[in-house]
Amino acid sequence: MNGLLTLLVLLPLAGFLVNGLLGRRLGPVFVNVVGVGLPLAAFGVAVWAWRILEAGGGEPLIETVFTWALVGEHVFEVSFYLDRLSAVMALIVTGVGALIHIYSIGYMKGDESYARYFAYLNLFLFFMLLLVLGRSLLVLFVGWEGVGLASYLLIGFWFQDVDKARAGRKAFITNRVGDAGFLLGMFLIFTAVGTLEMDQINEAFAGGLIPVGIATAAGILLFIGATGKSAQIPLHVWLPDAMAGPTPVSALIHAATMVTAGVYLVARMSGVYLEAPAASTLIAVIGLLTAFLAATIALVQTDIKKVLAYSTISQLGFMFLALGVGAYAVAVFHLFTHAFFKAALFLGAGSVIHALNGEQDIRRMGGLSRRIPWTSGTFLVATAAIAGLPPLAGFFSKDEILWFALASGQGGAFWLWLLGSVTAFLTALYMFRLYWLVFLGRSRMAPEVAEHVHESPWPMTSVLVVLAVFSVIAGWFALPQYLAPLLPAPDLRFDWPILHWALIVFAVLVAVAGLVAAGVLYGNGGRRAEAIERRFARLYRVLAGKYYVDEIYERLLQRPWLWISDRVFLRLGDRILLDGSLHGLAALARRGAEVLARVQTGSLHWYAWMTLLGLVAVLIWMWRYV
Amino acid sequence: MDDTTFLLALSGMLFALGLVGVIVRRNLLVMLMFLELMLNGVILSLVVFTQMLGAEAGAVLVFLVFVVAAAEIAIAVPILLLLVRTGRTLDPGAYAGLKG
Repeated sequence: MNGLLTLLVLLPLAGFLVNGLLGRRLGPVFVNVVGVGLPLAAFGVAVWAWRILEAGGGEPLIETVFTWALVGEHVFEVSFYLDRLSAVMALIVTGVGALIHIYSIGYMKGDESYARYFAYLNLFLFFMLLLVLGRSLLVLFVGWEGVGLASYLLIGFWFQDVDKARAGRKAFITNRVGDAGFLLGMFLIFTAVGTLEMDQINEAFAGGLIPVGIATAAGILLFIGATGKSAQIPLHVWLPDAMAGPTPVSALIHAATMVTAGVYLVARMSGVYLEAPAASTLIAVIGLLTAFLAATIALVQTDIKKVLAYSTISQLGFMFLALGVGAYAVAVFHLFTHAFFKAALFLGAGSVIHALNGEQDIRRMGGLSRRIPWTSGTFLVATAAIAGLPPLAGFFSKDEILWFALASGQGGAFWLWLLGSVTAFLTALYMFRLYWLVFLGRSRMAPEVAEHVHESPWPMTSVLVVLAVFSVIAGWFALPQYLAPLLPAPDLRFDWPILHWALIVFAVLVAVAGLVAAGVLYGNGGRRAEAIERRFARLYRVLAGKYYVDEIYERLLQRPWLWISDRVFLRLGDRILLDGSLHGLAALARRGAEVLARVQTGSLHWYAWMTLLGLVAVLIWMWRYV
Repeated sequence: MDDTTFLLALSGMLFALGLVGVIVRRNLLVMLMFLELMLNGVILSLVVFTQMLGAEAGAVLVFLVFVVAAAEIAIAVPILLLLVRTGRTLDPGAYAGLKG
């Protein structure tokens, strides 16, 4: 049907406008109906569009909304493009998005800016759908910037708190760095191919007419954009701070959808990366390093949301590892499963925070499993899913990633697999550590907090249950096979089923080892963990300090820039050059006027003399020259 | 020396005399009178040139200038009167503060 995709994109925008303009006046019931109803409707429309897509056998639906600009012979259109990849993304965005909207009803209840919250959340959905459904890189970029804006607004949602407002700013500015790369990559592709429609770009690169150098440069530049949005090294610093926002926002934007935009971008532009092995290798290495380092940091974090934030960075690293070895569909598969279990984890964390009246420090939790059983149960399922225990969702996708990291003919290597497996072990370890410290063992809560522990209301728990169910079954969809016509799996270096099975068994063992290690370390009141902490105090400090990346950035970038801004731009440029020249001109005029004003004495005789002088001068001039 | 030259020289002398009077005298009324003298010098030259060129428009212009001069003096004298009422002197130096 015509206009379906447009409708899908515009529904959340309508929610933003209505709630943003009227929500405050019409009360929370109205806000709920609009703010939650429209995303649900959008999900319905997305399902409908997906069924039409399948009825057509996966032939992409293209919908041109209007022509944005005509420059010479180049046409820039705003048009939407639905193939299987964008359909999967749209379903995740609207589906998980709608669930989190429902959850927010319970979580944000009574907040003074309730309407503003839902307006922002709907705005985010609008831009995310624009990003996912845009056919041209230009439309994608508009969505890309838009979700950045929504993210900024929601991180700093409680902007009365200076730290939170600053976290929002940090996210925005860090993303700008990546966006510069994105823009340059876009320009380069436009000069090379002459169009920004992504399907045509992929075709052009697949045609083999574009030099490898350009493909590599464009690939790396676009990846720089992806590192910003998807929080990869070296631009990962904003995501942990982004946890300042409301927890459902962390779940939706900073775990399930927006941060995966970089993964989507690389998968969408796979035609470029297939021609650029060097760029792909870079992606794999950065992704794996990010996954490993973030996992090590997550081991020692004490804020429940920070643990999950580093876990998200780590899982995104896994996705980029898959992208880097050419297994694009597998990366999307992990994106898909990750969206469910990480949303479940974040929302579970939100439920814990809600129950403990705002407490986020896991050192002051413990023994919660009996007090809040629904939250605890769903959290356990999601934890097992992310740790990679079969038959839960994370097991399938992570196993596929590790298999391709080893066996892919496009850059698979033993060390990628090895470090990936170590990271998988760390994932299981830090997740079960979190579970243990929060839900098991003895309570370490303050007595006045412990008294008021309560299970969350049904809009929150029901969403947790739905997400937990999907955390179980999401891995059973054979997403890589479904996407294969679009994103075929890479050739294998060796195709030994035995090896594949051995790896699967090994991966399960690794996950179980993580579980057992967490049990041993944290089971007995965490005494063994503390002993290790003391034994490796220096390493512990480095990890707890997050490798001091923020501090290094401050030394290397922030301070020199501040110095340059202050000395060169402000004092020299602004105050001395600009202000100086303008003030100098003004002073010159004033001094000149002072001198000339002395001529006007008020004495008529003096004026008459001057007149005489003038007359004589004129006469002499006329006598000489006329 | 024909009439024209003589009359033009006369007009120049009247003007110069008026200017010198304005410069040297310290009495506002007298200065006004010298001002009129300068004006008359100019008008005389206007008349001479009109005669020389045979342009009737010049004659009309002469009358126009007379009217303007009369109007001007009609305004100048009352202003002077008001000044003298407050300042009690005809010395223009006393009114230098009016330069604004």
